[in-house]
Amino acid sequence: MSSARRARDGARPPIRLLRNLSSKLAAIPMVLVGLGVFVGGTIWTIVHSFTDSRLLPRLNWVGFDQYERLWNTRRWLVSIENLAVYGIVSLVLTMCLGFFLAALLDRKIRFEDTFRTIFLYPFALSFIVTGLAWQWILNPEFGIQSIIRGLGFPNFNFDPLYNPDLVIIGLLIAGLWQGTGLIMVIMLAGLRGIDEDIWKATRVDGIPVWKTYIVVIIPMMKPVFVTALVLVTSGIVKLYDLVVAMTSGGPGIASEVPAKYVYDTLFTRQNLGQGFAASTMMLVTVAIILIPWAYMQYREKRQ
Amino acid sequence: MTAVTPRGAKPQKALSPRNIMLYGALIIFSMYYLLPLYVMMVTSLKDMAEIRVGNIFSPPVEVTFQPWVKAWSQACTGINCDGLSRGFWNSIRILIPSLIISVSVAALTGYVLACWRFKGSEVFFGILLMGAFIPYQVLLYPLVIILRELGLFGSLWGLVLVHTVFAMPINVLLFRNYFVALPEELFKAARVDGAGFWGIFFRIVIPMSLPIFVVSGIIQVTGIWNDFLFGVVYTRPENYPMTVQLNNIVNSVQGVKEYNVNMAATMLTGLVPLAVYFFSGRLFVRGIAAGAVKG
Repeated sequence: MSSARRARDGARPPIRLLRNLSSKLAAIPMVLVGLGVFVGGTIWTIVHSFTDSRLLPRLNWVGFDQYERLWNTRRWLVSIENLAVYGIVSLVLTMCLGFFLAALLDRKIRFEDTFRTIFLYPFALSFIVTGLAWQWILNPEFGIQSIIRGLGFPNFNFDPLYNPDLVIIGLLIAGLWQGTGLIMVIMLAGLRGIDEDIWKATRVDGIPVWKTYIVVIIPMMKPVFVTALVLVTSGIVKLYDLVVAMTSGGPGIASEVPAKYVYDTLFTRQNLGQGFAASTMMLVTVAIILIPWAYMQYREKRQ
Repeated sequence: MTAVTPRGAKPQKALSPRNIMLYGALIIFSMYYLLPLYVMMVTSLKDMAEIRVGNIFSPPVEVTFQPWVKAWSQACTGINCDGLSRGFWNSIRILIPSLIISVSVAALTGYVLACWRFKGSEVFFGILLMGAFIPYQVLLYPLVIILRELGLFGSLWGLVLVHTVFAMPINVLLFRNYFVALPEELFKAARVDGAGFWGIFFRIVIPMSLPIFVVSGIIQVTGIWNDFLFGVVYTRPENYPMTVQLNNIVNSVQGVKEYNVNMAATMLTGLVPLAVYFFSGRLFVRGIAAGAVKG
């Protein structure tokens, strides 16, 4: 690609200034969004997280006070813990389930399109719709719990949305329902990219199919797994709508998440400095996950 | 009947243990994925008396469309009782300008990055891509300030601008990758014929790139329609999009809960992205796979 790029560059007209003018004019939105919003906005938020802004942003420095208060707030600690539990379980299950479904679809089955359509359609729906649908199914009075009790198990208990210890499971059931389809599609694209000869070779060697997947195919799909991983993690950090729709953070504060903490602090409790500190912590979390990945990509490109 | 799998050496029977396991697993997973759609559907067609006595999985004994009518035109959010139709039209009024502007801006930027690079353009592109990973919460308040300065805070156009900003990274990447792969002889020939920056864009690049416009459009329609956070933050209650209104209807604490109306409302909100998904089929899959794997 780079040689083609050079050839095209060479073919450009010699009047540099004029050519650059149109192009630069067209690039104004990109520059404004990149520098003005993404870089400028991030720096603005970080700077103001060191102030005591409340109703309005102001530059009255208080050092790390907001962060200290943040890490002493129970609701924030619960949020972080929820995100960690939800994140790790959802990450593992999404990857496993996504890969498993993709592998099933890749076995040259009939009705592949039908099954793929069924697994992927929840991804088209919003988290609000997802959350409300599952809220109804998990409703203890009418939903799964009452049906299983009606089948002759009067002591059966499954009301995750009303039980602080189980509420994360409720969120996971809905979150996985919505999100695994995407990972399945990405994994399937990866599986389709694997050379048929690999399969022929493993068959000649008499390696069973499941073993081929684990020993040969998965290691070959490392880049796809990394992409899926980054995609799932950046989605998890944003987790907000689903919680608002399903539980509104309840029961009590049992299903609070950082994104909701930031929203509530900024817009309903009007404690701006605290909200900025919390959102800066979210940024730090993402950076910790992404910087190693970006570094890996960069090294691969250079080799 | 024998199904010959191209990978298997010998023909297999349709009911071989392998097939039973394979299709059994597929069907069990399909049930998990179809269950909410089915439950929403049957709930929305029952009346409340039937919901109270029956279970959520049983099909309606007496089919009624009253919950759908009520969800559309009478359901209440706070003091307004004119149903979800208000949110629907708000969402349409947000969707159309956001879609047109965000796709146009992304296509033009992708064109600059693919065909008319200038010094520093790649750096700006890198910054833009980094933006895709910044949690929205970090930028929520700075955007409130920007919109307030522009006099757009609370208006539909403010929300359009926000959607355009956050759509840029992924869509620019999509367009840039597509344009880079177009045959460069075309550009050379066009330049020999005297076409410039805009001439090449409108007469050559756009007509050749219909598929990627459709893919980007699909991403944008579902993304904008399903948005909740930006709708809550950047619009006033009279302009709330459908998702926000839906949540207010279903999770409102006053009054008796009408589960059938709630489920009808939920389905109504999901209909637009579902329709896009079912009609676009493979293009939808291609869009998310391309956006994800290449990115």
